Amino acid sequence: MARRDFTKFLILTSFAFTTGQLWILAKSWAAPSKQQLPGVQIASVNQLAVGNSLVFAYPGEHDKCVLTRLDSDTFVAYSQACTHLSCAVIPEPEKGRLYCPCHEGAFDIASGNPIAGPPRRPLPRIKLDFQDGAIFAVGVAQPTA
Amino acid sequence: MTTGKIFTREQRTTIIYGILCIVLLLVVIQLWLLTATMNAFLGGDQAIAFPTLLASAFCLALNLGLLRYVYTIERPQA
Repeated sequence: MARRDFTKFLILTSFAFTTGQLWILAKSWAAPSKQQLPGVQIASVNQLAVGNSLVFAYPGEHDKCVLTRLDSDTFVAYSQACTHLSCAVIPEPEKGRLYCPCHEGAFDIASGNPIAGPPRRPLPRIKLDFQDGAIFAVGVAQPTA
Repeated sequence: MTTGKIFTREQRTTIIYGILCIVLLLVVIQLWLLTATMNAFLGGDQAIAFPTLLASAFCLALNLGLLRYVYTIERPQA
């Protein structure tokens, strides 16, 4: 391969990388705003026993979240996508954590803060509302750390 | 773009290989930027996307300038 052709090939690769960056930016701009989200009923209080969890989709059908009942009065819900590489986290209320099996990451189940492994940012928390024994997801609190 | 002077064949070879090294380095930097941006994006951090796009576009512009210089320097001299 001639030097000029090899240089052209490298510049084509460079162009492809820049296009990739542009695609990521477009995807992040196209993501729906999570400030004003509709309330969606996800379960009833009696449906979930203490220590049990429920997976639901919010706000979009592909945005998996997990609701866990910590005690008789405390419910917590988080996005199920690990803040490291978006693997699905598994609730382990008996150990007080949400566990990511991909890279041995873990989040505190009460706060969503990372406590082990590569994740550095907390899980986005789903805001909950209770009406007549039903649990509603009413918004997503973005992590600030 | 003009080189300003006529290089010997050996000088041109050295310059071309030097440029190739710089282009290769810039492409590796772009690969690193893309990997880091994808990593952050999948983790929900979208603030990094725009600055890294600017950095990657700057590398591309440098590469295009160097390619132009390669064409100029390899053009048969009159």
